[in-house]
Amino acid sequence: MSKQVLSLLQERFGAKILAVDSFRGDDEALVAPEAWHEVALFLRDDAACTMDHFIDLTAVDYPEREPEQPRFDVLVSMRSQRKNHRLRLKVRVRDGQLLDSLTSVWAGANWTEREVYDLFGVRFKGHPDLRRILLYEEFVGHPLRKDYPIAQTQPLVQYRDVGPAKLAPFGSDEGQPFGRIDWLARMQGRNQQVSPAIAVQHGQQPALSIRTEDTGPEAPQAQPVRPDQPGQPDQLGSKA
Amino acid sequence: MEPIYEHEEETALELPAEPMRLNMGPSHPAMHGTIKMLLELDGEVIKNLDIVPGYLHRGFEKSCERGTWTQCFPYVDRLNYVSPMLNNVGFALAVEKLIDIEVPERCKIYRVILGELARISDHLTCNAAGCMELGAFTPFLWFMKVRDWVYDILEQETGARITHTFGRIGGMAKPPTDGLKQAVRDVIPQVDKVLAEVSATMVRNRIFMDRCQGVGCLSQERALSLGVTGPMLRATGVDYDVRKAYPYSGYETYDFEVPIGHDGDTYDRFMVRMEEVRQSCHILQQAIERLPDEGPINVDDPRIILPEKDEVYSTIEATIAHFKIVMEGVKPPKGAVYSYTEGGNGELGFYIVSDGSGTPYRVRCRPPCFLNLKSAEDMIRGNMIADVVPIFGSVNMIGGECDR
Repeated sequence: MSKQVLSLLQERFGAKILAVDSFRGDDEALVAPEAWHEVALFLRDDAACTMDHFIDLTAVDYPEREPEQPRFDVLVSMRSQRKNHRLRLKVRVRDGQLLDSLTSVWAGANWTEREVYDLFGVRFKGHPDLRRILLYEEFVGHPLRKDYPIAQTQPLVQYRDVGPAKLAPFGSDEGQPFGRIDWLARMQGRNQQVSPAIAVQHGQQPALSIRTEDTGPEAPQAQPVRPDQPGQPDQLGSKA
Repeated sequence: MEPIYEHEEETALELPAEPMRLNMGPSHPAMHGTIKMLLELDGEVIKNLDIVPGYLHRGFEKSCERGTWTQCFPYVDRLNYVSPMLNNVGFALAVEKLIDIEVPERCKIYRVILGELARISDHLTCNAAGCMELGAFTPFLWFMKVRDWVYDILEQETGARITHTFGRIGGMAKPPTDGLKQAVRDVIPQVDKVLAEVSATMVRNRIFMDRCQGVGCLSQERALSLGVTGPMLRATGVDYDVRKAYPYSGYETYDFEVPIGHDGDTYDRFMVRMEEVRQSCHILQQAIERLPDEGPINVDDPRIILPEKDEVYSTIEATIAHFKIVMEGVKPPKGAVYSYTEGGNGELGFYIVSDGSGTPYRVRCRPPCFLNLKSAEDMIRGNMIADVVPIFGSVNMIGGECDR
């Protein structure tokens, strides 16, 4: 049924609908950023669509697409209570690019856009109250970006200094790295995946040898970095 | 201390006109879990408020991007920790949709049984807390007693009372135990009994009705626009239930009804949850009759399902299969799907993206609580401070799911 909505959108907006997709039955339309608000408003108000039920707004980060393609996918899903069909709109935005807020179309976009701003750093134009929602104001960075290290901590209250005697004599993830993909290294062109299984499968060196071979700017330290050491945010993973 | 308005007559003495700001939470007995409400008060009337979630944020979505797909199950358990089985099944269904497989019939029925048990425990907990916060402690104890018996069944099946980690991609961790049918048959009359008891004490109770009826109303249009789902949406009169509208796990073959309310107030939400527990019992009765005693519980695919342990220790093929699933993980094809089920609080969706490797590229949970909670701002505004507690209680905010 929502196939009809997709063709209706293409008919109505022409080149502003960049692509349509129905992978596994999920109907999705890729929209040009300038038509984002317009298409959403059309879907809500058109008698054939009546997409009055807001479902979700979220984003996905693809840093490796840059600079040819914009980095973020912002997705909004909605359904029609009367006609019971669903659709997902997708838009691609660059880092720092403003995207029209959908709060005037669906009230539910308010908190979800705040969440996308909080976790991805995508800014929305016309949002009435764009501030962090899940994290605290003092938080630096946007954690769901791929280049935010997964083991990084930013404690508002410093960790208690318990001294070396009470800590385990090894780092928290020595041996098996915490994340299986080191996105920082991958984005710097050193596409070494830290999981031994994945690395071999991709024709790479087993990750366990990174410890001895990696003599980049951050040479391996003699002591593993402890996540619970007081002081600056630290990073675990392959370089520990 | 000098008087506030010494230049005025004593008869003309008024309270200061500027609004007072009051922090409710993050640590407050009525704030289930940790959540803060910044209230702007004029006397006892709430003129405006700001709900501040996030105190329980622990990076669920980021954590899921670190291991294999199967390693996400312990995390999804901890989203809605009152009905973790629904989350398990929801996530398993999402990955199965991405791989494009369907579990055997026996597994579907088993998932329905466990899911409905979890839904009963979820709704009972919400209504129990709602009664208790209005001063009715006895219904709370009755509900908790029955919830414990439901947890006993889940413990017998999964080995854990709350965080089961029982779902698997392409099936369940274990087949149903022999005692499941009898246990469910035994607990359904108990649930019915306690529902009747609580109905007798609460539903026509003058105090309860005065505190709940007409308090915290939500209109249909506003609820739809806010993305409200689940019992809260049905209380406003919209008959949207994922189990009926977009059936999964064979729900279209069960006979059950979707209760809807009329005004969308706190009382309607209470009553919708009560009736949904009855409907869940009705589904359970049908499901245990259908559950076959024999048959596969998992899909027959060595790339997805771990081999039997005795084969792992005795044959090289099973050892290799085990190693590959544990070390590399299940590898769904490249692509993205959004899969949604009816959770305890509404549409529990998972938008998952795979890059073809064994590690999730992105796992987005569409938390029903988070979107429902936003509507609490509308419902509370204009009411008194004392109304915050029943309204907020009927939203059934679960911190683990709301803040992820």
